[in-house]
Amino acid sequence: MSYLENLIKIFISSSIINNIILIQFLGLCSYIGLTDNLSSSIGMSFAVIFVTVSSSILAWMIDNWILIPTGLQPALQITAFILVIGSFVGLVELYIKKASPNLYKAMGIYLPLIATNCLILGVTFINSMTKYDFVESIVSGFGIATGYAIAMLLLAGIRERLRNSDLPSFFKGKAIAFMISGILSLAFLGFSGIIK
Amino acid sequence: MKKLKIIWDAIIPNNPVLIISIGLCSVIAVSNSVKSALLMTFVFALVQIPSNVLISAMRKIIPNELRVPIFVSVIAAFTTIAALLSRAFFNPIYQVIKLYILLVVVNCIIIGRAEAFAYKNGIFDSLLDGIGNTIGYGLVLVTIAIGRELIGKGTLAGIQIMPESYQPMLLMILPPAGFIFVGILTGAIETYLKQKGGKK
Repeated sequence: MSYLENLIKIFISSSIINNIILIQFLGLCSYIGLTDNLSSSIGMSFAVIFVTVSSSILAWMIDNWILIPTGLQPALQITAFILVIGSFVGLVELYIKKASPNLYKAMGIYLPLIATNCLILGVTFINSMTKYDFVESIVSGFGIATGYAIAMLLLAGIRERLRNSDLPSFFKGKAIAFMISGILSLAFLGFSGIIK
Repeated sequence: MKKLKIIWDAIIPNNPVLIISIGLCSVIAVSNSVKSALLMTFVFALVQIPSNVLISAMRKIIPNELRVPIFVSVIAAFTTIAALLSRAFFNPIYQVIKLYILLVVVNCIIIGRAEAFAYKNGIFDSLLDGIGNTIGYGLVLVTIAIGRELIGKGTLAGIQIMPESYQPMLLMILPPAGFIFVGILTGAIETYLKQKGGKK
């Protein structure tokens, strides 16, 4: 199997088959919190794609050039990853605040929380656990973030539709979002087995 | 009485998982078996309670601008301890839910409590708040895990409960059921609080 074929396989498997939200359950806080409005979920998806790809590059370099050669990986991996990614996201946040105040306002409380979004850190741990090489890490980070965007947009679109519909009072608010995610997740389960 | 209220507040009226909807990732992911739910609760307690206490003890010397990186480093240290401990003592379960244990470091509940409670309150109150949030989190996690494992496998923590003829419903231990269970519990607790508020 050629190298390119392998990369395509990683992309499809991380974006659709093992969809980060619906099958692996990472990044749910922003998934439930931001999807009651389509435009903020689009903004968040782009921010996540950008941050995920750059932090998988950063984390790969820290892991393979510093932590593994010095043998500090088991004890320092968590701390090193979170601090480096946290400060990187802090820089991005400052930049967006300056460059595009509207986007900054739209994302509200969730932009500072992107640093502590389990998805971003989760990607770096997944890459390090499966021992991807440099290019594979980038592809897997991009694939996972694309999967996040797909799930965000699906749920946001459905919730926009539901806003005016007559729901039983039991399901009003967040409960219905969970039920829809359950059904979406059932649909995504159908993709498993495409790649063996 | 006032002290007890701190614990109670974190369990039902402000339940971190069901009402505020944070820390959901691990709840849905590890709730397909009771054993991993218990290990996850143990790890969560090991991180939440000491980090709340330590941050509260240091709250007067932490500069306001640097508080988030300091919170994160404290939490990361306790997470490393908890992850290494569970690898040493509960290795088979640890291997299954490894990713979610490492990700306790970015669990929104712990950072949220550090920011919203421990940074502003005394050591003893923060200890109680940590305990309350651990119970609130663990209760939801273990309840869902019991439901899912009982229906999905007919067992509890690996012990056969349902009769031999019981046909397990595989869907319950697959991902979608996690969302559906959390949805039902959220609806239930919100309805309960609404009715209670209506009576006043």
